[in-house]
Amino acid sequence: MALSNEIVQQKLTEKFGDQLSDWQAPYGMLTFTAQKDLNIKVLQFLYDDTELRFQFLTDLQAVHYPEKKGEELAVVYHVHNLVDNLRIRFKIFVDIEKPDVFTATALYQSANFMERETYDFFGVNFVGHPNLIRILNVDEMDYFPMRKEFPLEDQSRIDKDDEMFGR
Amino acid sequence: MSRPVQYNNTVKFAGIPEGYMGEGFMATNFEKVVSLARKNSIWPLPFATSCCGIEFMATAASHYDLARFGAERMSFSPRQCDLILVMGTISKKMGPVLRQVYLQMAEPRWVMAVGACASSGGIFDTYSVLQGIDQVLPVDVYVPGCPPRPEAILDGFMKIQDLVNAEGLRRRHSDQYKELLSSYGIQ
Repeated sequence: MALSNEIVQQKLTEKFGDQLSDWQAPYGMLTFTAQKDLNIKVLQFLYDDTELRFQFLTDLQAVHYPEKKGEELAVVYHVHNLVDNLRIRFKIFVDIEKPDVFTATALYQSANFMERETYDFFGVNFVGHPNLIRILNVDEMDYFPMRKEFPLEDQSRIDKDDEMFGR
Repeated sequence: MSRPVQYNNTVKFAGIPEGYMGEGFMATNFEKVVSLARKNSIWPLPFATSCCGIEFMATAASHYDLARFGAERMSFSPRQCDLILVMGTISKKMGPVLRQVYLQMAEPRWVMAVGACASSGGIFDTYSVLQGIDQVLPVDVYVPGCPPRPEAILDGFMKIQDLVNAEGLRRRHSDQYKELLSSYGIQ
């Protein structure tokens, strides 16, 4: 029998119980929220289980929700079961004041660059990452540009400060 | 019967500089001869990062034919080049690389910023994009457009030629020029 969202949800609920919440399936893609400390345990379970076999990390990134106090940063994992061609996604929420998240680099080598990128743009501190430094932005950058308190426009220029440019 | 082939009989030669001429000799200003030679043999270094680079490819190809201006010899080694053409968006991370390329060029050297992005950052008014290459190097000619048409690039190139022609041999030793370079942190 082919793997389906219901089977994945059932197996995860059996294993983790109430610690996983907010089950949804937007556009047919199973999505849930895990507790912050559980991210690697969930990934490992999805990887190791002989039926689930989610062994490919498609994407890993963050989202900033400034209005959610205490859990401003969401780290989102997309994993793919290449055998049954099923994708799922889960999120963990962390406090922006202390954005510590366990690294997935031990499980997925590909998480190395993705976590560096997430650190670069959102400042998520991946605990245990072998080389957590900026990857895409200039090394001298002293802020995390994708956080919503920073405007998109370059703040260093002085020649565009009139009303013509909507500032 | 006239031949069916149309000869190109509208070729323009560079004018002879002012001077005193007699049979078998000509005396003129050394500076004028050097300027004439430099002007008509500029070796460009295309530093193309995006769509303006595509327009430059058209400029260099047969239809617009940059070779008419003595610039058919693209060089991808900065050591051999006189003119760096910066075409396209330069991100802040690319800034030091561009500067390094400029520093590797030998004097005299000229810089042309082609297109809105190289001139001012263009539409990319954002944290990651350099807001005009004049933040890292002194620019001689700006070509507007997004991207500029090949005619505009040629026009910019002819402006560079005018600059080269008018530039005295001692200009690069002047205090003004040294001050300009030191304002960019170049010794």
